[in-house]
Amino acid sequence: MTPAELLMWVRGPALQFATVVFVVGVAVRILEILLLGRKPDLAEARGSEVIGGLRTIISRSIPDRGTLQRSSFNVVAGYIFHAGFFLALFFFAPHILLLHDVFGVYWPSLPTQFIDALTVVSIITLLAVLFHRITHKVMRFLSRPSDYVAWLLTILPLITGYLAFHRVGLAPPLLMALHIGSVELLMIVFPFTKLMHAFTLFLGRYYNGAIAGRRGVNA
Amino acid sequence: MTKDQTIGEALRARGVSRRGFLKFCAATASLMALPPAMVPKIAAALEKARRPSVIWLSFQECTGCTESLTRSHSPTIEDLIFNSISLDYHHTLQAASGTAAEEDRKTAMKENYGKYLLVVDGSIPVGNPGFSTIAGVSNMDMLLETAAGAAAIIAVGTCAAFGGIPYADPNPTKARSVTAFLKEYGNRLPNTFTVDETGQTDPVDVTNKPVINVSGCPPIPVVISGVLAHFLTFGKLPELDSLGRPMAFYGKSIHDRCYRRPFYDKGLFANSFDDEGAKKGWCLYKLGCKGPTTYNACATTKWNEGTSFPIQSGHPCLGCSEPDFWDGGGFYKALSTPTGDITRTAVYAIGAGAAAGVALGALNRSKRAHMRKTHSKVGIDDLEKGDKS
Repeated sequence: MTPAELLMWVRGPALQFATVVFVVGVAVRILEILLLGRKPDLAEARGSEVIGGLRTIISRSIPDRGTLQRSSFNVVAGYIFHAGFFLALFFFAPHILLLHDVFGVYWPSLPTQFIDALTVVSIITLLAVLFHRITHKVMRFLSRPSDYVAWLLTILPLITGYLAFHRVGLAPPLLMALHIGSVELLMIVFPFTKLMHAFTLFLGRYYNGAIAGRRGVNA
Repeated sequence: MTKDQTIGEALRARGVSRRGFLKFCAATASLMALPPAMVPKIAAALEKARRPSVIWLSFQECTGCTESLTRSHSPTIEDLIFNSISLDYHHTLQAASGTAAEEDRKTAMKENYGKYLLVVDGSIPVGNPGFSTIAGVSNMDMLLETAAGAAAIIAVGTCAAFGGIPYADPNPTKARSVTAFLKEYGNRLPNTFTVDETGQTDPVDVTNKPVINVSGCPPIPVVISGVLAHFLTFGKLPELDSLGRPMAFYGKSIHDRCYRRPFYDKGLFANSFDDEGAKKGWCLYKLGCKGPTTYNACATTKWNEGTSFPIQSGHPCLGCSEPDFWDGGGFYKALSTPTGDITRTAVYAIGAGAAAGVALGALNRSKRAHMRKTHSKVGIDDLEKGDKS
């Protein structure tokens, strides 16, 4: 298989397969959570579930002072690589083209140098995160093999994307194929690992906020 | 112009001045990315070099490569070079055909055995020898026979270099590039093999014959002349990339040398062929430009005496100098986009996921109901169970 053929394969059948696994997996997991439902609260409501739930989705994104002091590295590093990953994913022109192909909508892209710098910062941060996970006793104790797999699959698209953009080491079609392939790998394992938090964090925060909201307190 | 003339003599006979000749040598050195100190060496080597015999074989091709090379405007470097070689056989250009023309080829092979350059344009069909023949000889046999005595082979055009359009899916003729063909069939004896005519005494294994790929659909004329000049000057092939192409011309991508690159970096793109972005000359990536994965010299040497190249004319690069460019998922689809209908797949997947989710949800609820029903509280007897045992 030539690099060009590999590129065609990852842009064709492999992407179709990864999309099916990703979409079916995410849909099943979300529906399972929703359909399990919650025990009815028979007490009289003292506030709005909906407002409390929505407010908590946002408020939990802002770290409280105590958490920031206790786990400053986790909070700061987490923010940096999440923001870098998000911006590179949704605001790099070739990615927008891909998303336009799927959803039919365009939005402006960010300058490539900016995305490039973000990618480098995200890669460095993710390496620091791994170092922290390995060297921190509690973190290491809590880590499972699937956590390391999730880390690897998160950093791979960033590294391969950087190499593909700068065309370092290998033939450009091969680098591009490796980049797209690494994203497909991420899509395939996504619903079955902690990476699913990208969707479930909203459900979790909403539930917490709604429970508190019904009782008339802030979550 | 006799075959015994040196290139210097041939050029002087054509009225080319010493100054003009040195200018040509300087331009060649520059094109091949050689240091200026090499100019006198090139001049000295070309001055003394005998006009090389070149045999040109055209197989499954459209003659576009020959058209490109013969459309060079006089007096260009390529014109000088092409008039300085002894093109002993080129059945598209020569007036003679049939037995007489084939005799010419065999004579040239015999007289210059081991020294002539073999230029091939077009791919070689291996599905059936009868798919493409010249004077009753299949392309396969003619290549095996002629490659035997060649000093080197220059595969001109993407068809010869990588299979090109005949090789495109479903490849009905089972077309092969020169390199792929030699690798597969190079150790076979051609059906037309004759000891006397070529001076060969043993069958020749041409599997590892040096091949330079000068890809492009068509390739840039100056690349051919540059390769010839390098071969005449140094007596060896220029530095090649992983696909067997001269690094001097194929070392950088179109994207790297494109004058529209700053627009790509700034995120300024033409979204259609007639929008504001297109009128302002912004990047054509979104219109399917294959510049980022295409290696060629179009953006620097350009075409028609340096007038323009496709991107400058407002059209995305098709990637014609790369393998499988014809099957690259569409000329007007960006490299990052899927080749199939991913939206339809996603919609079907949502449907399937929803159905599976609801089914599993119902199963989970039923499980929970069953657990609740069969749940029994821990009593004092349960606590004493451990002691009794």
